[in-house]
Amino acid sequence: MSTPILDARGLRKTYKVRGRGKEAPRTVEAVKGVDITVDPGEIVGFLGPNGAGKTTTLRMLTTLLDPSGGTATVNGYDLAKDPVGVRRSIGYVAQMGTTDSSAVAGEELVDQARLYGIDRGVAAERGKALLSGLDLDGIWERKCGTLSGGQRRRLDIAMGLIHEPRMVFLDEPSTGLDPQSRANLWEHIRRVRDDFDTTVFITTHYMDEADALSDRLLVIDHGEIVGAGTSEELKRQVGGDQVLLTASNTDTAPALADAASRILDGAPAEVDGDVVRLTVPHGASTLPQLLRGLGDDHDVVGVEVRRPTLDDVFLTMTGRSLRDEVEV
Amino acid sequence: MTIARDTWIVFSRAMRLSLRQPVWVVFGLLQPILYLALFGPLLETIADTRAFGEDVDAWQIFVPGLLVQLGLFGASFVGFGLISEWRAGVIERMRVTPASRASLLLGRVMRDVVVLLVQGVILVLTALLFGLRAPWWALVAGVATVALLGACFASLSYATALTVKDEDSFAPLLNGVALPLLLLSGILLPMSLAPRWLELLSDLNPLKHVVDGVRAMFRGDLTDPVALWGVAITIALVLMGLAIGTRVFKRQSA
Repeated sequence: MSTPILDARGLRKTYKVRGRGKEAPRTVEAVKGVDITVDPGEIVGFLGPNGAGKTTTLRMLTTLLDPSGGTATVNGYDLAKDPVGVRRSIGYVAQMGTTDSSAVAGEELVDQARLYGIDRGVAAERGKALLSGLDLDGIWERKCGTLSGGQRRRLDIAMGLIHEPRMVFLDEPSTGLDPQSRANLWEHIRRVRDDFDTTVFITTHYMDEADALSDRLLVIDHGEIVGAGTSEELKRQVGGDQVLLTASNTDTAPALADAASRILDGAPAEVDGDVVRLTVPHGASTLPQLLRGLGDDHDVVGVEVRRPTLDDVFLTMTGRSLRDEVEV
Repeated sequence: MTIARDTWIVFSRAMRLSLRQPVWVVFGLLQPILYLALFGPLLETIADTRAFGEDVDAWQIFVPGLLVQLGLFGASFVGFGLISEWRAGVIERMRVTPASRASLLLGRVMRDVVVLLVQGVILVLTALLFGLRAPWWALVAGVATVALLGACFASLSYATALTVKDEDSFAPLLNGVALPLLLLSGILLPMSLAPRWLELLSDLNPLKHVVDGVRAMFRGDLTDPVALWGVAITIALVLMGLAIGTRVFKRQSA
């Protein structure tokens, strides 16, 4: 068991909100005491709808915001006692970007490195290597404003890595990118971890992003962590896979449902028209047994195994679909 | 000194970005000349009315006013640039580096001061061509005043911009403060022409005393209490401006 690279205990943030009109001022708890542990070399996805407390948590962990309560250590530095130590050891890529449109990419990288006390020559060498690793060869002399959305986002990531931090925080990295650029960005984020052993903490409200990228997920809603684990573990918590059997007509469906449920030791079965929906722990391994058991006595015209998506996970955990929250 | 080094890095980045805007550079240099060429001749006529006092040279009155105006207006608008930097994520990005947060302000203020110094020198040199006569040390003091006022107002402008973070709120706020400061300073017309209540109001405006101080120096009166008072107020303004600016940049919500 390695020492966690990030260890937060009971991290809390409350805001005072001024009352409007006759409304009394009140206190809003944006983050309600979260515990977060991240091991070195992990890619952790921090998932939640807009306004769930993702960015507030991230801003606390990156020293941009003082917590109202709780403690955290990042890379062994105490967040409250040594914020400069924390800053020195982390990279942070905010949602809104990192570079000025009129600035030249290479110069932004070098200046950023110099703010960490890195020598100009070392910075240029390192910056060029980073750009090359992110498939950004040839943009060194370009103005940031002339880059495509995907290129600019990868440049942001290079900015966050220029001082070779052991851990990097990415806030909604793929927002606003087209599907191809997103997939490409994920590829690069994964490579950052594989090549440099950088721990990655990434917030997102995209299920596919969290699913594709993270080793482990933390789900936050209303300022509380409501679920944690690998994508597989979380999906299993939803109650397993669904096996959908299509009967030849709606009249034979109920009998099919009874028979299937019996074969699977009373697995719950629902009938919906000519479709029988069975919930089982493992769809793929259940299927042969099920079809053997049904034999030729039942005319099954279609079979489908449906694995739960992270969206189902979110729905079960919060009672809301994540999709409802997106693109408000 | 890490704060000095960080300030230098922030300054050189800001300066490089400013110099890369050729239109902006040319207009910045042209601005003081436009004032002298298009507004100066009017003043020459007004000075003949003796409203500024007995036996004074119009340029000795006008140029100190222009210098103070340059310090005020040249610096007050810098906040707009900061808002767009903030929107691009540049400020946040720098705030997560180990760089001292005061240096993020001071480096930018330094860039503005350098720009104002160049503009101030051009203004004074051009004014000499137009017929200004004043002791050399007064000219130096005049340019120094531009730089110091510039540091004060640039710092306040950044602090305000970082607090409101929105051009639509920043613009009216800026006009609401800068315009009365200008009108009540006696830069354009002498406050001695004003009715009593207006004159009292203008006495409360620190810029009025700064302008009067520089005018006294341009007449050659270094020991005039008006001149010393102007210097004292200028220094107080700079200290206040930088203190407020640094506080805002250190504040976590900024």
